[in-house]
Amino acid sequence: MTTTPSISGTELTDTQTRALLLKLTVLADDEIILAHRDGEWTGHAPILEEDIALANIAQDELGHAGLYLSLAQTLGGSDPDQVAFWRGPDDYRNTRLVELPKGDWAFTMVRQFLYDTSEALWLEAATRSTYAPLAEIAAKAVREEKFHVQHTALWVERLALGTPESERRTQAALTELWPHAAQLFQPVEGEAELTASGILTDLNAVHARWSDLVTRHLVDKCGLTLPDAPATQPGRDTHTEHLAPLLEEMQRVARQHPDAEVW
Amino acid sequence: MAEGGRQKAECPASSAISIQPSAVWAALASVPDPEIPVVSITDMGMVRDVTVSDAGRVTVTFTPTFSGCPALHVIRDSIEQAVRDLGVTDVEVRSTLTPPWTTDWINDDARERLRQYGIAPPAPTGEGQLIQLDAEPTRCPRCGSLNVRMTASFGPTLCKRMYVCDTCREPFEGFKSV
Repeated sequence: MTTTPSISGTELTDTQTRALLLKLTVLADDEIILAHRDGEWTGHAPILEEDIALANIAQDELGHAGLYLSLAQTLGGSDPDQVAFWRGPDDYRNTRLVELPKGDWAFTMVRQFLYDTSEALWLEAATRSTYAPLAEIAAKAVREEKFHVQHTALWVERLALGTPESERRTQAALTELWPHAAQLFQPVEGEAELTASGILTDLNAVHARWSDLVTRHLVDKCGLTLPDAPATQPGRDTHTEHLAPLLEEMQRVARQHPDAEVW
Repeated sequence: MAEGGRQKAECPASSAISIQPSAVWAALASVPDPEIPVVSITDMGMVRDVTVSDAGRVTVTFTPTFSGCPALHVIRDSIEQAVRDLGVTDVEVRSTLTPPWTTDWINDDARERLRQYGIAPPAPTGEGQLIQLDAEPTRCPRCGSLNVRMTASFGPTLCKRMYVCDTCREPFEGFKSV
């Protein structure tokens, strides 16, 4: 996690800096937690190729988290390793979507598809950020995310149109995950001001494009049914009981060896 | 341009070894990509800039291929070591994300070496759509056939995918177009 953008962006006000720090943290937290869930398949995926694919995807997501947290550090945030390994569940700001246990293969692929499409569309819009360091990160990450979308879109299609059992599992996964996916489009505190100044992309516009894209794929192409999403739901500071044990495992080595420099 | 004697005469007070950027580029051209050792980091287009200050400080700017590439630390250390081996003591290695790395920067000579090594070189990137379900056409590096199947869209490293050739029956790795 050492990549640092070489050119600085526009001058940010203190309020903007605070809001942007929070936004970068929530983006990174989603990537870190989802990467950990993906990593749980290492050695357990249904076939070797998928074992490798999911490890690749997790590695990309961690790379993106590294970019976000390195930028956050230049804005006064803590060292990326500190942020990842020394915050507890009360301080993590990931969505509940990404912390749910990995479930079966259908659950993993549907979740990854919902997440990857939202990330790819958000990044694509963020390449036009008026804040140069963020636009640079987005331009880099969106190229990688494209491969995730290709991969998971194909898997969801294969499972939904496969056997009655794979279809049943895919629909069950979508029914459980869909309400949580809406959380990806909750703005952070202060986001409106950042959007007004062009630093962040308009989240509602991304949400609309995402709904259109996933509906075309999941409903029109794969024949799945979208459940109703809840009108309101708790924010990113509310977690399920699944986050604490995840962090305990993820952070165990770092906390046992706080002075380690070489891993 | 390289007239060492004349330069020395102009800077008699400086004890630093005067070095030309071209010498640094030449040294970096022998630093292998840690994951694909038949090509160097300059073949891959990862080295973006080399500058030498009046005081003799060498600054190398490189760009990562993939943001999660685990070889980044190795590459950074290798760059620094290659420059130090030239007798330079003041070395700075910077990374940049802009413009983002593309496989279009891999030079023709390196593409041929990749092919001989058994890795299908990347197709030109073009202006692809965000959601593309069809992968770019790929040629078998062994027999040249286009009658190939992708068997896995991810491979042993972030930059590659897995294929099998239906003409010569050999499995092979192919570079993604990024």
